[in-house]
Amino acid sequence: MAALCESFTLCGLGPSGGVGLGSGLLALEPGPDPDHVLLTDRGRTATLFKVSDQKPLGGWSVKHGQIITCPVVCNFETHEYIAVHDDKVLRIWKNKDINLDKVFKATLSADVYRIHSLPNGGPVVLFKGGGVRTLDVLLEAPQQEIENIISDEVIKWSEAFMEGQQPVLIFATEKDGDFFVYVQKLKMNSLHKYKLEQQELSKPLSFTAYIKNQIITLLCLYSNDSVYKVLIPLQQNTEEEEQILSKSLLLNLSVSGSVLKGTSLVVLDKDHIAVLGSLAASGEESKECLTIWNTKFQTLQTSKELPLGTSGQLWCYEEKFFFTHGKVLTVVMYKCETSSLAAAVGKLKDSQTPDVSSFVNWNTLGDEELVVSYQSQQSVALKSESKMTLRSKRNTVAKVQPDTLSVGQLLLNLKDASTTVFEDELRQLMSKAQIPDFQATIGCVITALMNRCKTNPKYYPRNFLLHIVQTRDLSYSLCPDLMAVALEKKDVHLLQICLQRFPDIPEEITYACLKVFLSISEAYLQRIDVNLESVICYIDIEFNNKEVKTEIVENGFNAELEQDIWDTKITKETHLTADGEFCPVGPQKAALLNAVLHSAYSETFLLPHLKNLPAQQAVLFLRYLYYLYVKCSEKINTTLPGIRSPTINQIMDWMCLLLDAHFTVMVMLPEAKKLLSNLHKFVRAQVRFYSELNKIEGSLRELQRLNHQKDSQTYSIEVLELI
Amino acid sequence: MGEFEVHRVRFFGLVPAGVRCLACQPRGGRLALARTDGAVEVYNFAANYFQEKVIPGHEARSVEALCWAAGDRLFGAGLGGDITEYDLARLCVSRSVDGCGGPIWSMAANGSGTQLAIGCEDGSVKLFQVVPGGIQFERNLDRRKGRILCLSWHPLDTHIAAGSIDALRVFDVHSGQTVQRIMVNYHVQKVKRECIVWSIAFLSSGTVVTSDSFGRVQFWDWERGTLLESHTVSTSAVLSLAVSEKEDSIIVGTSTGATYQFQLLPVKMGSLEKRWVRTKPFQHHTHDVRAVAHSSTALISGGLDAQLVIRPLMEKMQKKGYDAALRKFTFPHRRLVSCARKARLLLFQFSQHLELWRLGSTDETGKDGEVLPLCRMPEHLVQLKSKGPEHIYCSCVSPCGSWVSYSTASRFHLYRVQYEGDGVSIRKVPKVPKLVLPAYQLQFSSDSGSLFVASARGSVHVLQLLEPGGCKHLHTFRPPSGSPEAVYLLASSADGHWLAAVSGDWAIHIYNLKCFKHHCTVPMYGCAVTAVAIHPLTNNLVIAYSDQQLFEFSIPEKQYTAWSRMVQNCGLHKVWLERDSPITHITFNPKNPSHILLHDIYMFCVLDKSLPLPDNSALLMNQSTLKQLPETARQRQLHAFKICKKFQPLLFADLLDENCLVMVERPIMDIKTQLPLPIQQKKFGT
Repeated sequence: MAALCESFTLCGLGPSGGVGLGSGLLALEPGPDPDHVLLTDRGRTATLFKVSDQKPLGGWSVKHGQIITCPVVCNFETHEYIAVHDDKVLRIWKNKDINLDKVFKATLSADVYRIHSLPNGGPVVLFKGGGVRTLDVLLEAPQQEIENIISDEVIKWSEAFMEGQQPVLIFATEKDGDFFVYVQKLKMNSLHKYKLEQQELSKPLSFTAYIKNQIITLLCLYSNDSVYKVLIPLQQNTEEEEQILSKSLLLNLSVSGSVLKGTSLVVLDKDHIAVLGSLAASGEESKECLTIWNTKFQTLQTSKELPLGTSGQLWCYEEKFFFTHGKVLTVVMYKCETSSLAAAVGKLKDSQTPDVSSFVNWNTLGDEELVVSYQSQQSVALKSESKMTLRSKRNTVAKVQPDTLSVGQLLLNLKDASTTVFEDELRQLMSKAQIPDFQATIGCVITALMNRCKTNPKYYPRNFLLHIVQTRDLSYSLCPDLMAVALEKKDVHLLQICLQRFPDIPEEITYACLKVFLSISEAYLQRIDVNLESVICYIDIEFNNKEVKTEIVENGFNAELEQDIWDTKITKETHLTADGEFCPVGPQKAALLNAVLHSAYSETFLLPHLKNLPAQQAVLFLRYLYYLYVKCSEKINTTLPGIRSPTINQIMDWMCLLLDAHFTVMVMLPEAKKLLSNLHKFVRAQVRFYSELNKIEGSLRELQRLNHQKDSQTYSIEVLELI
Repeated sequence: MGEFEVHRVRFFGLVPAGVRCLACQPRGGRLALARTDGAVEVYNFAANYFQEKVIPGHEARSVEALCWAAGDRLFGAGLGGDITEYDLARLCVSRSVDGCGGPIWSMAANGSGTQLAIGCEDGSVKLFQVVPGGIQFERNLDRRKGRILCLSWHPLDTHIAAGSIDALRVFDVHSGQTVQRIMVNYHVQKVKRECIVWSIAFLSSGTVVTSDSFGRVQFWDWERGTLLESHTVSTSAVLSLAVSEKEDSIIVGTSTGATYQFQLLPVKMGSLEKRWVRTKPFQHHTHDVRAVAHSSTALISGGLDAQLVIRPLMEKMQKKGYDAALRKFTFPHRRLVSCARKARLLLFQFSQHLELWRLGSTDETGKDGEVLPLCRMPEHLVQLKSKGPEHIYCSCVSPCGSWVSYSTASRFHLYRVQYEGDGVSIRKVPKVPKLVLPAYQLQFSSDSGSLFVASARGSVHVLQLLEPGGCKHLHTFRPPSGSPEAVYLLASSADGHWLAAVSGDWAIHIYNLKCFKHHCTVPMYGCAVTAVAIHPLTNNLVIAYSDQQLFEFSIPEKQYTAWSRMVQNCGLHKVWLERDSPITHITFNPKNPSHILLHDIYMFCVLDKSLPLPDNSALLMNQSTLKQLPETARQRQLHAFKICKKFQPLLFADLLDENCLVMVERPIMDIKTQLPLPIQQKKFGT
């Protein structure tokens, strides 16, 4: 359910600002970074604000006598600001520029209506005559001729989107009470003109639009207090002149007798729109307010009265509304959640309570697994027979009513289906979140996927598996083959997530993961998407330096040379780590190793496997652990910042375990010598430090005891402050 | 919001009695519990395990066994030799029959609830028929030497298994003959100690389960008399045992305070052969676990440390909710302390006496958290001993402090207390009106001019108090449609106009005290009421229910207030709803009409109606966060619930005046020191 949250004032609007149309704000545009907005007033100035800090970061104004006529926008690619003053003069400047007189200037041949800046498409300039140019094209020849395509129609509103790779501009015009909509696809240079269906006695006041699935949905707020929806398909092949766009009523802005006279609207999500306007009940004075409506259930979700009046304009970026309220610019945050009927009528008491059972019913799980294992054990003879019957069954039953089939049956049916059909069906199955014993079902799905992977070595649905593991609570025992297959395919990202999420990974697999992570090259890892959140807060590696080195290694040196470089690098880095400077592994590898450090294990079972780790890898791992240990000890609370970063106990346990496993090797290996001695020195220093702390522990405890003694009395009068 | 001067009282020496036995109502939602002092309590599973009924104990009436029979009739038997039936509507003993076999150690009802079997000191097992209006002796079964410590019926009612010292016996119910006798210490010949069978259960498969003083849980084939399985769970005695209704799970309690679950599991996946396996150990108690029960979704245990522990079985839970949390109850869900606000007195109710204390005072003020120096110490004024074997039902002190009243099962006492300088004189009011007793709750009006006595059948008596020391009966209120249940909560308004009474069927009736008429009934809400209070200025009735919901009902307008509707619309915070102990007392601050003060065992809360309710994303217990914030930033974080968890376990909290609170705590450690030492256990070879 949608709700308005806290509000705050972004800025005052100065003496020239005020309430009512014709003065105050011209427009609000998103700034170069998130949480930044660009504010243009109807005079000479533009200001950049950081919203959460309620603080202006910069302001620019044009000379006296000039007027900014088009809202200032930000080019998201170059972080430049673009403004037009006196209709024709284009200015482009950067953050560090102060005086607008001295920045880039271009005088155009026609009046500009608006500039739209698109996140990936660059700015697009719309002229008052309906001509459209991208900024790049315009800057090549500023004085180029701009065609007039709308003759004496007046542009009322415009908006730009990215559809795939191409910018799409839509604008609405008016002439003698008729409204027209133009859709311009810039790359294809195609322009379509539509006429908006006439409405008796009312006309559109405000427009907003969004694009989805190649269809532009245009919402119009009419003066008869209704919102209409118009669909404009982008794929238009017919070149007919002036198609008529039919509209459908989306929402009537009235609730129990009172009518909302809307002035502007914005779309929040597929079911919610926000309307700013004045709510007038019969016989009462009208009150201006901001309202959120649910279009699915036609209900007013929430509203906020604005007694000081507004200018009628409403903007919405990043879950915040911006509007002028009295003499200030007010920001209101909102929440908009998926709507259900219960939420729409205000009956949803606790949206947090999970409806789905959060406990696994192990009994049914057993049954499901039995089904699967039973299926796989079925003899070949039986199989051929059943295949025939099932094939026909799939064509009839499975297509029509997949719900009625049990999961086991469905999976059996899909055994021979083609890859795409197979994945589609599984995806469908997964989307039915309400299946009883969902955990068990997923176990079966994964088992089926893995069986397919095994039989067809080329088949590996990486993204699908990632999706399942990330969104569902799985465990190793539920899908034992998954990690084995991932190890085989060296899918380190999946392994990382499995290590983070599975509570019951056997030590053998943990070791196998560790070995793969240590052996895999940094260059390979850099091309792979790995979750870095556990590392990003403390690692300080020189990326560039590293990259150059691995480039050389990749470009055709033989193994011996490579080894040589590796060795020299190691000695060099040993020196660096002694000062606690650099991490011996890249951030990707570090993140993967952290996942291993985080997994649960039992020493007895891990130790035998760990002994098999090659010496070089063991040294590298130890070096990384040492680096972590030093990093940990830097802080008073001996914890590393970040999410899922290893704790000091985990680091120490692994260090001890590794030394136990490779004791003799470490002693023999020359490159380990320096490392071990550093480690020894550091640990000794730590031990001394803590023993000193232990000495004063008694005094500290006494202090604490004195504090506690007060509590043991049977009666006291104390002061309690409640805020 | 403000600072309070808190009188932190820890001299209420309450020691709750240990739990002696438990009985789950078959196919019902209630749990009966008996304590070592003879008190019987009933907990309602559906009302979040609220302790809905309490029948105070009796010196001569120990309860060794409880059982439900004929649906919802509750029977108890004890070492007094009587079988007692309890009246759960009037909360007293309804009738009592002599068992004629000396002290009774055990009692069990058959599967259909039509017969009771008792095991006596003289070694006899007697059958009684449960008939409407009482029980009737039916017959004796074959008598042998040795007290019968435990009994269990076969689910088909054909046989009874009885545990004794060193042996267990199986009786045929039809013939009354002993059909099997098994010596339980046969396998441990070398030990000379006697083996006491503490608890027994007869399974429908013909297996008899025993738990004994050697720490063993044994499974016997009764027909062949052979031992099927034996599990040694403890070095000390296994005192109690209970089987689930499906007979797939058993809980046992030991004298070390540990409980264990046994489950009947297949020896391997898919195999038909099943064995009993000890699965889950729990250590919730410090002392003997004398009683266990197995409900359909939880393991329940009660110990001599007075704790009742309900441990839900997660595999039986469909979703995470109130039932899925472990809960422990040590203190009663009702008020044992009353406070004379004006005179600054506290009255403590013990099982057989009352204590009247005067609070100390201070001249100083200080900052948050400071302990102020006392200029006068608290003073123990009077100890009032109740004569006779009966325990006290309820007690109350008037706001001016000059009247004290209490009731037992058969007697009602009113005292006039006079303070002359430092001395105190107490005088019994001679001719108190004859009332139908017991009284379940007593409440003085705020001007100390009258006393309200909650009574059986939904009625409330109004007594007028007369100077210098007398009283007369003014009126008796009865609910217009009648009610079989006793009134257990009362609240009167400060202006002396209204009286709210809550009866055991959870109906709240409001009476007009000016014209002695029934005013209205609060709409029924399907949960137990745990506390009610009437606001002194607005006359709004604030009601706390055991599912942690709060309602505010305007008495003059006879409807829920706008705030109450808003609360129901928005819903309370999730953390608030998941608390496990009920609100036991509500009070108000007359200087701040928007404040409601309430408390449960673990927290004290000031509910400020003028502030917005917290949504689930907000932090409910935000006091410590707020204290760290600068003044300006606090405003945005404020919400209606101001919760203080500094005082625990909190038995009582009240407002003395505008900014002065009294909190009565009973630290668990203080209770532990009153208990006998637990069995010493070796740890790590020390």
